Amino acid sequence: MNDKTDSSHEVLEFDVLVIGGGTAGPMAGVRAKEMNPKLRVAVLEKANVKRSGCISMGMDGLNNAVIPGHATPEQYVKEITVANDGIVNQKTIMAYATRSYDMINTLDKWGVKFEKDETGDYNVKKVHHMGAYVLPMPEGHHMKKILYRQLRKKRVSVINRFMATRLFKGKDGAIAGAHVVNPRTAETAVIKAKTVILCTGAAGRLGMPTSGYLFGTYENPTNAGDGYSMAYHVGAELSGLECYQINPLIKDYNGPACAYVTGPMGGYTANSKGDRFIECDYWSGQMMLEFYKELEGGNGPVFLKIDHLAEETISEIEVILHSNERPSRGRFHENRGTNYRERMVEMHISEIGFCSGHSASGIWTDENARTTIPGLYAAGDCGSVPHNYMLGAFVYGAIAAEDAVKYCAEHEQCEIDSAEIAAEKARVLAPLQVKDGIPAEQMEYKIRRLVNDYLQPPKVTKKMEIGMERFAEIRADLPMLQANDPHELMRAMEVHFILDCAEMAATASMYRTESRWGLYHYYVDHPDTDDEKWMCHVQTKKGADGLPECSTRPIEPYIVELDEEEMSAYKKLRVSDDDTTETAGV
Amino acid sequence: MPLIQSSSRAPVTINSEACIADKGCTVCVDVCPLDLLVIDMANGTAVMKYDECWYCLPCELDCPTDAVSVEIPYLLK
Repeated sequence: MNDKTDSSHEVLEFDVLVIGGGTAGPMAGVRAKEMNPKLRVAVLEKANVKRSGCISMGMDGLNNAVIPGHATPEQYVKEITVANDGIVNQKTIMAYATRSYDMINTLDKWGVKFEKDETGDYNVKKVHHMGAYVLPMPEGHHMKKILYRQLRKKRVSVINRFMATRLFKGKDGAIAGAHVVNPRTAETAVIKAKTVILCTGAAGRLGMPTSGYLFGTYENPTNAGDGYSMAYHVGAELSGLECYQINPLIKDYNGPACAYVTGPMGGYTANSKGDRFIECDYWSGQMMLEFYKELEGGNGPVFLKIDHLAEETISEIEVILHSNERPSRGRFHENRGTNYRERMVEMHISEIGFCSGHSASGIWTDENARTTIPGLYAAGDCGSVPHNYMLGAFVYGAIAAEDAVKYCAEHEQCEIDSAEIAAEKARVLAPLQVKDGIPAEQMEYKIRRLVNDYLQPPKVTKKMEIGMERFAEIRADLPMLQANDPHELMRAMEVHFILDCAEMAATASMYRTESRWGLYHYYVDHPDTDDEKWMCHVQTKKGADGLPECSTRPIEPYIVELDEEEMSAYKKLRVSDDDTTETAGV
Repeated sequence: MPLIQSSSRAPVTINSEACIADKGCTVCVDVCPLDLLVIDMANGTAVMKYDECWYCLPCELDCPTDAVSVEIPYLLK
């Protein structure tokens, strides 16, 4: 790509442009080519598809496998409806659940190694409150290699080290393409496309980890909220942004530990006395609220307890945890002299973020992965299908690709306004011209420190209002963002994404005047759940004044009915006083 | 206000004896999701240029000569 003068720009053209090459992205690219090998399909990746996204080092298991004999799609739809306090479009969950098993078999055929029993059946474990959905992948570190092989095999064009900065629409309001910049050379280009599939992952750099290290986030920090911000600016609706992602982690280390790997082997979350205090370790807002209360209470902090297990079990846990997903975990423990055999491991809660993979905050999508902009799709952590995890990202990558291929057959490429391109290019390259300005790192630190101060739960209206005032001041500082090289320019563009996400998080949170999803939306001014008024989605989009604007969207009629007892399943997560002595040490 | 530089301890260390960047190898630079490593052409070795490490380890595990070692960043060690 070449970029000699200010008015010139390289133009590439594709039928399907996938933005993000982590989990959903490669699957979308591969599926589009399978559907129609003649289509021009590209996967654009800010890093390198070989090791990008939140599964760059693989994954230790599937969290939501819907496998015949262990769970049914209807049961899974119920489970997630309850886990997400009723605020779901069940059709989107059903679309995932009915394709879950086929996707596992596809991955199995591609060479992903799932745990099987002596008869060759998938060895499913129970972690969730009701059904059994967890399928371990002890050798899951090969995941990215397997995806890369498929991308090559199906001849998907891969564009590494280019980040998208904004999306373009045509005159009729349909998607037309994206503006991109190279973080090593600062070359810019325009990619025209009939369809765009956003697979940009979570907004992982919204809150700041308690260590203060900006890149010590739970999510791969490459995922700065790019897709959320780009969808917002192109006019798409986002949903559930007040339903933050907050996860239980090892204190100071960004790795999870308990539920999916150690839970089925006898490990559990305990308080400082070594007592179990939650019934179910499945990650939900309700579970996180109990975690938070214990953490802040007299029995805190919270620990992962596995020191009571047999040596062979502990060794097996170590092999899985220290070679998959977060392989630096072993050296973290070693530095502190923590041995799983000798003592419990201190835990804490993560910074806040957006991520539908674990909660429900995403770009609004229907059961075909369509957003509210024609030709624009979202899949994976940035889409709005709740508790979707890695397997949901794969399934929705495929669903998006299939719908996009059909769309391509029926639509022409939209033209992009050249003035809009010139304006975007000027915005993106501006930080390279600034002298004596503000480094991206400092501006990012300030935004994320304010997110922690004013936005993270317990949420308080006055605090969030102050947060919005501070964000407006930082927005006024944006023209002073300075980048000394193309790498810093990438970080400067990410500051824009992070600031957009911070303002959306505060606005959506203040709009939903109730508490819901346990800790995710624990709103102190409105402590009760108000089903009468708030059994609906909260949608966020860019308002006429350039600030986020919220509205409600009714919940589609359920396709799987739940009775009252089922709905309250996740409300009884705390171990009752009578149980505590019984279950402790089990 | 003028800008000043401040130092930080790099979590990624490259053993320049073992590194074969002078033979054209760029594996660690290619796989870093945050694009933090560069090739120092003058010395023919890879180096960490930016302290934005996720300690995710592809650089260390994918290096063909075991030249890369990753420490947990000091702030959270």
